[in-house]
Amino acid sequence: MVMFWVTLLAISILIYVLLDGFDLGVGMLFGIARGEPSRHAMISAVAPVWDGNETWLVVSGVILWGAFPLVYSILMSAFYLPVLLMLAGLILRGVAFEFRSKAKRMRWIWNASFAAGSLVATFIQGLMVGALVEGLPISDGRYVGGEFDWFGPFAVLCGAGLCIGYALLGACWLVRKCGGEVRDHAYRLIPYLSAALLVFLIAVFAYALAEHLPVMTRWLDRPSLFVFPVIGALGAIALAASVHRRDDALPFPMVAVIFAAAFGTLAISFWPYMIPFSITIEQAAAPHSSLAFMFWGEGLFVFPLMLLYTIISLSVFRGKTAASTDNY
Amino acid sequence: MDITALLLSRLQFAFTVSFHIIFPSFTIGLAAWLTVLEALHLATGRPAYRLLFEFWLKIFAVAFGFGVVSGVVMAFEIGTNWSDFSRMTGPIQGVLLSYETFTAFALEAGFLGVLLFGRPKVAPWFYLLSTAMVALGTTLSAFWIMINNSWMQVPFGYVVENGMFAPNDWTKIIFNSVVWSRFPHMLLAAYLTGAFCVAAAGAWYLLRRTFIAEAKIMLRMGLYLAAVLVPVQLVFGHLNGEYVVRYQPAKMAAIEARWHNEQPASEVLLAWPDVANRRNLFAITLPPPLGSLIDSDSLDAAEVGLDSIPENDWPPVLIPFFTFRIMVGCGFLMLAVAWIGAYLSRKGRLARNRTLLWATFLSFPLPFIATLTGWFTAEVGRQPWVVYGVLRTANAMTPFLTTQTAMISLVVFCAIYTFIFAFGIYYIYRLLRAGPVGRLVQPPAAAFSNRPLSVVDEPDAASAALHVPGE
Ligand code: HDD
Ligand code: HEM
Ligand code: HEM
Repeated sequence: MVMFWVTLLAISILIYVLLDGFDLGVGMLFGIARGEPSRHAMISAVAPVWDGNETWLVVSGVILWGAFPLVYSILMSAFYLPVLLMLAGLILRGVAFEFRSKAKRMRWIWNASFAAGSLVATFIQGLMVGALVEGLPISDGRYVGGEFDWFGPFAVLCGAGLCIGYALLGACWLVRKCGGEVRDHAYRLIPYLSAALLVFLIAVFAYALAEHLPVMTRWLDRPSLFVFPVIGALGAIALAASVHRRDDALPFPMVAVIFAAAFGTLAISFWPYMIPFSITIEQAAAPHSSLAFMFWGEGLFVFPLMLLYTIISLSVFRGKTAASTDNY
Repeated sequence: MDITALLLSRLQFAFTVSFHIIFPSFTIGLAAWLTVLEALHLATGRPAYRLLFEFWLKIFAVAFGFGVVSGVVMAFEIGTNWSDFSRMTGPIQGVLLSYETFTAFALEAGFLGVLLFGRPKVAPWFYLLSTAMVALGTTLSAFWIMINNSWMQVPFGYVVENGMFAPNDWTKIIFNSVVWSRFPHMLLAAYLTGAFCVAAAGAWYLLRRTFIAEAKIMLRMGLYLAAVLVPVQLVFGHLNGEYVVRYQPAKMAAIEARWHNEQPASEVLLAWPDVANRRNLFAITLPPPLGSLIDSDSLDAAEVGLDSIPENDWPPVLIPFFTFRIMVGCGFLMLAVAWIGAYLSRKGRLARNRTLLWATFLSFPLPFIATLTGWFTAEVGRQPWVVYGVLRTANAMTPFLTTQTAMISLVVFCAIYTFIFAFGIYYIYRLLRAGPVGRLVQPPAAAFSNRPLSVVDEPDAASAALHVPGE
């Protein structure tokens, strides 16, 4: 049971990162887009699916609360202010979808809040992962650090890194969904974003080495972990090839492979801890009666259905978005 | 009262959840009504239904967006501000919320895109199915959240283990009389909200003499539905009262401002409860046994007064006392509007009766007020407990949360919500003002085609012809 729920949690977080990653990325690129037609095309490329994507954040959050209440309570309370900022960002970009098309003179406000909200939410997500990797002070099942302990150079580095990563996902999504100027612009950005991501990964590695972060020893202890970076590198090569050939469909799945590889590295290097290196998965798990009830209903039956809805909604809107997709 | 992190967290939770509930109560009702409209249009082919559907869909989209963004906040706030609570109740409440997310939110979110943007891309039957799925999702969501909150009101089926509430009987948690009177009460509140908003919009257009045909449909459907549902709602409200008497005597005593045990009991209609001196000022009281009759369906039942309950287990008295009366008052006003309106409509005199049109138009806030005050009664009346009788609100908070941090988050939420609410209301108002006109998107010839949309820019002839007064 416990294994089942960690796996499902990991899958949900990965789905969230890939799906909301691309629409948050499109949101950030939206900030540098010029001209109303491009902006409209970019919004239309994510409008029908963003709500479904964000739901995976809630899915991850509630699996955490239901199956690993200890971890949920520690992380939420330790990251009080970052969570607040992330929510503020998600609120602003979420209402922008509806408000932008209804506004006339005030449209610039919603353009700005769409871009800024996406940027803030992404940055904070990366920052929280970074702070988690560095380690949170915990004793007796409670967070015992200060209000700003999550803030540090490594966390900020990770925040910036995730912004680059999501922007890359977003650019590949735009290549897939749009035509014309938006597609060309995205193609021009992909090499820069990929290079920046590479620099970021090297920086993280160097930092971890220099600061003797506890994760580092695990990477050295478990050489089999290096299979993930290898998969990531293969993904990167395929990405470069597909961009070179201007094959619109391929870049997105290839970046998804890179993300999955990075995620796998992180997840396995934490193992068997949920909060590195103080709370293990077993310690955090809810009583069996909770996990079993979740398993027999939602784990076995509803989760596959959820994947089905996601696939249906992505496939109804597959292919290039016509410029007039919004019916307002 | 000192400003403490506890007080600020309570204010923040109360503020954000009250903001949230405004939108679900509207979207749950509206989603059901959209499904009905779409089905009617498929069955009859009348363009007016389609026009109404497209019109209310735009308003639905804005309200739904609000519901989603404010709901995501709720799901995290439980952990940020109430970490001890979330650690202890996660094995029950987290599991229930995960059921809500898996069964309801995923359904809503998956099909919402199709509902808003997919009409030209899918077959008509699939579009209807998507509408129905969104409506089903909102209903399931209300179901699970009411189980969740009912467990906090009257905890069943658990044992305490390692400082956590471990479930030991899920059937008791889900199938108990508390859930099955509160869930219908909430669902009916949402349907009434939808019905009154639709009827009020119809009345408004009739008063302005525009969109006559559509306005009449809205007014009639809204009022008839309300005329049937309000009485049912009052019955479930009464059943809610019975569970409160049975399991939460302190809340009931506060609702009734009953200071001493009475048998048979009288009923205070209106008063100013004077908490310091344990008495009511300016009371208008019905004589016994009406209190026993109302609270316990009996002529001689004993009713508990606050006197016999230790004072540190008292809820605040004024808030539940007044909010309960406001909710019930709104209920009776709604009953009057719905019944008189339905009667006049049967006689065919409604469209010319400007007084009643005004009354209907002005009544749209009533269900919102009743829903909010109902929740205030339930939640404030539950104090000082967060899980009734087992966990006090004061012990549920994040222990290290500082006043300063709590203040920052409260201010941020108030600022953002005020800002987006102001614009949201303005945009909804503009949509309502513009009324049910506009371009219709033609359904495609072939199912599931992905060809570019065929958007018709002018309303088609059939629906344009509808804008003649009368039907
Ligand atoms: C009776 C109805 C009701 C009540 C009391 C609540 N909600 Fe709610 N909630 C809904 C009915 C609803 C809904 C109808 O399902 C919403 C509103 C509009 C919408 O988009 O879905 C929603 C949205 C919504 C979402 C976003 C779902 C998504 O991503 O699509 C979350 C995470 C929550 N809610 C969580 C909560 C929590 C933690 C609550 C209590 C503290 C709560 N809701 C009270
Ligand atoms: C959506 C309708 C709801 C409204 C308007 C509402 C209103 C309130 C209010 C006014 C308070 C503050 C009471 C006080 O501190 O004096 C409160 C507290 C609280 N409610 Fe609700 N509530 C709603 C639904 C829920 C649901 C569905 C849940 C749980 C699943 C819930 C859980 C809580 C918690 C955890 C607190 C904080 C602790 C406390 O102050 O008691 N509420 N709510
Ligand atoms: C005679 C009329 C009514 C009676 C006797 C009544 C009774 C009650 C009672 C006793 C509660 C508190 C339950 C608790 O503490 O948990 C309650 C809650 C509530 N009421 Fe009413 N009610 C009436 C009318 C209405 C109407 C017309 C609406 C809305 C349109 C409404 C909406 C609500 C809501 C949303 C709640 C909070 C959810 C809950 O606790 O179930 N009520 N009602």
